[in-house]
Amino acid sequence: MNDIWAGIMQAIQLIIALDADLVEITLRSLQVSLSALVIASTIALPLGTWLAIRRFRFRRATIATLNALMGLPPVVVGLIVYLLLSRSGPFGVLGLLFTPTAMIIAQVIIITPLIASITHQAMRELWAEYHDLLISLNTTNRQRVMTLIWDGRRALLTGALAGFGRAIGEVGAIMIVGGNIDHATRVLTTAIALETGKGDFALALGLGFVLIALALLVNFAIHALSRTERHGTW
Amino acid sequence: MVSVAPSVSLKDVSVKRRGKPILDAVTLDLAASGFTIVLGPNGAGKTTLLKVLHGVERITSGTVAWSLPAADAQHMQAYVFQRPIMLRRSVRDNLAYPLQLQGLPKAQIAQQAAHWADKIGLTDMLDHPAPRLSGGEKQKLAVGRALIRTPQVLFLDEPCANLDGRATREIETILRDVHAQGTRVIMTTHNLGQARRLASDVVFMLKGKPHEQGAAPQIFDAPCTPEAKAFFQGDIVE
Repeated sequence: MNDIWAGIMQAIQLIIALDADLVEITLRSLQVSLSALVIASTIALPLGTWLAIRRFRFRRATIATLNALMGLPPVVVGLIVYLLLSRSGPFGVLGLLFTPTAMIIAQVIIITPLIASITHQAMRELWAEYHDLLISLNTTNRQRVMTLIWDGRRALLTGALAGFGRAIGEVGAIMIVGGNIDHATRVLTTAIALETGKGDFALALGLGFVLIALALLVNFAIHALSRTERHGTW
Repeated sequence: MVSVAPSVSLKDVSVKRRGKPILDAVTLDLAASGFTIVLGPNGAGKTTLLKVLHGVERITSGTVAWSLPAADAQHMQAYVFQRPIMLRRSVRDNLAYPLQLQGLPKAQIAQQAAHWADKIGLTDMLDHPAPRLSGGEKQKLAVGRALIRTPQVLFLDEPCANLDGRATREIETILRDVHAQGTRVIMTTHNLGQARRLASDVVFMLKGKPHEQGAAPQIFDAPCTPEAKAFFQGDIVE
């Protein structure tokens, strides 16, 4: 109990003082996870929608695989990205290992299946509703995907936020590919792991509260910007 | 673009779903003009016939031949579904949608949407979300959205099912107008009164086949087959 209280106090102190290190790692956390979210959404939203409207041979297998990949263990993703980006790996020449870019790559791999799967679920229902009309109007596949994404944007927001939640709270993969280097690749989750290991529970908890507050803040901000729940059910 | 609506002929068209025939070797000619009403009991294949004509139903065998290449013919058609499909957008955006797909200039789309909203009497509702309109308003919006591309052929699948007298009359007025302006209309209905009011010719479907076809009002007054006679008298025909 004492530790939690001390943690809260320390968190408040850090935030009020706008501790330079805290601000830096918080911004890096946001930068990495939001970049990963944008890239993953760009891939996953059209992909999930496309899977909902197209009938092809291995569709069921593809969707089952996608759903299974939602549970991809971050540590394994980290390991594979590490091997690919390491000096001796195929992309070693790019020199990306232990940079925020490597962390973004790992997080994109982790959250893309999650967002695509949620998108597919939501779009399947919308497509069932719109199917006859869009066929009758001679729409191209591209027009169908765009229409569904636009009209289903509220449901897609949920998917994107789930992806963001997974990315911002993820530690296994970014620890491996980022290396938790101070002033370079240290983010909130890796810093918490480090402080806990060092036994500095107060600082670890302080960072933890900042992380939770950050996740809440981003969710509220996105909901406010997109005005969900303001016009009835859609 | 002034062009005449195309005529169409079906030859031995069959549609089977899970081995069950929905349309059974239908051979049917429809002229390039007129207001055709398709009548018949439930399950006679009226909706499937309309969808086959529109080209959105997979046919098991037979041919559908328009007097134009199939792609051109499909581009000049519009279809109003039995259960109106509302995009989750405003009334204005629903009306504008078919034109947006064609990539028309925004000003022209806005002007057309306003024009059609006025025609279907929904000007006050332009910014309302379409899924929350009443049944009659939804159906009128669906008709307006189908007509906004000025199709040469308009298919309607029971556009007035579940509507009260006033909404039905409003939709009938719109349909008479577009027909008077040269649009070919092919429509199913369960309402015999409506069929008598609107039809220039009638196709009476029974068990997946056109049972009797003829010009109105003669076909109503003197049907050739006993089933059609019974149906037009209001008896139950199965």
